[in-house]
Amino acid sequence: MDFLSKNLPYLLAGISVGGQYALIAIGYTMVYGILRLINFAHGDIFTVAGLVMIYAMTVLPLYISIPLTLIVTVVLAYLVERVAYRPLRSAPRMSVMISAIGVSYLLQNLMLYVTGGLAKTYPTIPFASNTITIGGATTKVVTLITPVLTIVLVIALVQLINHTKIGMAMRSVANDFETSRLMGIKVDNVISMTFIIGSFLAAVGSLLYFTNYASVVPTSGSMPGLKAFVAAVFGGIGSIPGAVIGAFIIGICENIIKGLGWTTFSDAFTFALLIVVLIVKPTGLFGEGAKDKV
Amino acid sequence: MSKKTDRIISALLLVALLVLAVVLDKTLPTTHIALTVLKKGCIWSLIVVSMNLLNGFTGLFSLGHAGFMLIGGYTFAVLTIPVADRASVYQYYDGGIIQFCVPMIVGLLAAGVVAAIMAWLIGLPVLRLKSDYLAIATLGFSEIVRAFFQWDTMGPITNGSNMLRKFPSLPSLLFAVVASGICIAVIVMIINSSYGRAFKAIRDDEIAAEAMGINLAKHKRMAFCISSFFAGIGGALFAMYQGTLQAMTFKTALTYELLLIVVIGGLGSVTGSILASFLYIACSEWWLRFLDSEMTIGGFKVPLLRSGFRMVVFSIIIMVIVLFARKGIMGDKEFSVSGLVNFFKNRGKKKEVK
Repeated sequence: MDFLSKNLPYLLAGISVGGQYALIAIGYTMVYGILRLINFAHGDIFTVAGLVMIYAMTVLPLYISIPLTLIVTVVLAYLVERVAYRPLRSAPRMSVMISAIGVSYLLQNLMLYVTGGLAKTYPTIPFASNTITIGGATTKVVTLITPVLTIVLVIALVQLINHTKIGMAMRSVANDFETSRLMGIKVDNVISMTFIIGSFLAAVGSLLYFTNYASVVPTSGSMPGLKAFVAAVFGGIGSIPGAVIGAFIIGICENIIKGLGWTTFSDAFTFALLIVVLIVKPTGLFGEGAKDKV
Repeated sequence: MSKKTDRIISALLLVALLVLAVVLDKTLPTTHIALTVLKKGCIWSLIVVSMNLLNGFTGLFSLGHAGFMLIGGYTFAVLTIPVADRASVYQYYDGGIIQFCVPMIVGLLAAGVVAAIMAWLIGLPVLRLKSDYLAIATLGFSEIVRAFFQWDTMGPITNGSNMLRKFPSLPSLLFAVVASGICIAVIVMIINSSYGRAFKAIRDDEIAAEAMGINLAKHKRMAFCISSFFAGIGGALFAMYQGTLQAMTFKTALTYELLLIVVIGGLGSVTGSILASFLYIACSEWWLRFLDSEMTIGGFKVPLLRSGFRMVVFSIIIMVIVLFARKGIMGDKEFSVSGLVNFFKNRGKKKEVK
């Protein structure tokens, strides 16, 4: 009992961070499932969402700022796909990945320019930023909102993918590009839709994530981005439930490691886990195996 | 033009470059921006060429270069800080536990060797992975290394997250040119040997290469170790150039930057990498500097110009190259005198035909 009460704050933080990682990880896993591309810019789009929120809140009320943040993020992700990935659709995979790295570099420099390199204070969101006490552990309300919201969004997404026309198109494109095109699916539209959904969830994740932190700097999204990617790989890339479970596991483990006093290694742990997963079971928890064709 | 004259002219060009380095060393004041750019350009060339060996010649998409540079830099710094200065550098760790100091050259070699040994160890598990999984695993590895070097328990050796300083700094431009030149020459020789041909075969088609009797695991590991060896030396030279060393410098962003330079130069071209490194360093440190300061032309204040704008312009240029000139400056060809002559001759001919 003593152990539990001592570690409860870390466990709570872990669940909360896990939920935020899950929302980012879905964007990675969906894009990878369809394009076989690690969207390195995803973490930076997540940061942009944080900055947009900050700037919007300085002039606009909360109920306009939040939708505005979501819309700007989605438009940005659509533009990135349109400008940087679509022209390279028939190029080798490596070129697309390099393009993704280039976009990430561009977004980071752009944010650095706009913010002037200063850390921007994240606004306090009423209610979500309030502190509450659970079982002796003090935490923000957002810690409790996150897992609930995450699960609701994931269920909605799974419904979308399994039971709507666009969802069916997505599954089909992920399975076979060329055949889908022959069946009359507008592949480019489906891909755009994937980016839109992914970035929408990342924007929600960013609202939740940055509420827990005091400020945003241009690089503050790259680490959560990479971790979310690891979560996606861990759960089996291409699988949405896998990504969510992977994200929760990583979030919780990371915070428990922090609780044990190994803060330096909380980031390293994620990557050690990645390397172990890739060696032991490269397809992840729920991933499908792929065969090499000659 | 015969092969012999081509070689003679190339050799003369190299000698001329060396002489130029000496002359610049002697004439320019030591703080002149051109010297800084050239020094950093040389070191960057070496690092970028070593990365190209892996990504461009062997087709292993690795993003762990910053990690190997870090290992090299730290090995060098830790081994070469003079014993007398250790107490002040390791002020929080009672002077550290290493109480000897090796000459600079030994330090440089040690930097390469330690990086190569680490590469061998990491290569055992990681090199079984392919393309993007390999990229992420190596990227993760370089993050682990960074955390490890900043770890407090490692403090007596690495000084934790504090700065390392007082190790030998870069003596002259000539030193940078010669050190990087020798390393790049060795890489070129490896590329032109039978091993190099095996690397290229693996890049072009793994399965065909295996069918032709190339031991994939062995050659991949070899490329990985060689590349890391030179990345280690490059990291050590970079530490010398900077004069201080901190693990924070070697973030993933550094690897991204290196990869983008490789792409600008052309995947699979040594001379392309060298050209791109110098261009990149010159643009980012010198030629585009004006974009960072506010400017008024004839009473009109030019908009947008302020700190950070340079990097934005710069990354847009990079994106344009990545999207529209995917082959980079040199493609997978090498710069040669006869190639240049032919290029101009052919251009002349085409115009005549028209």
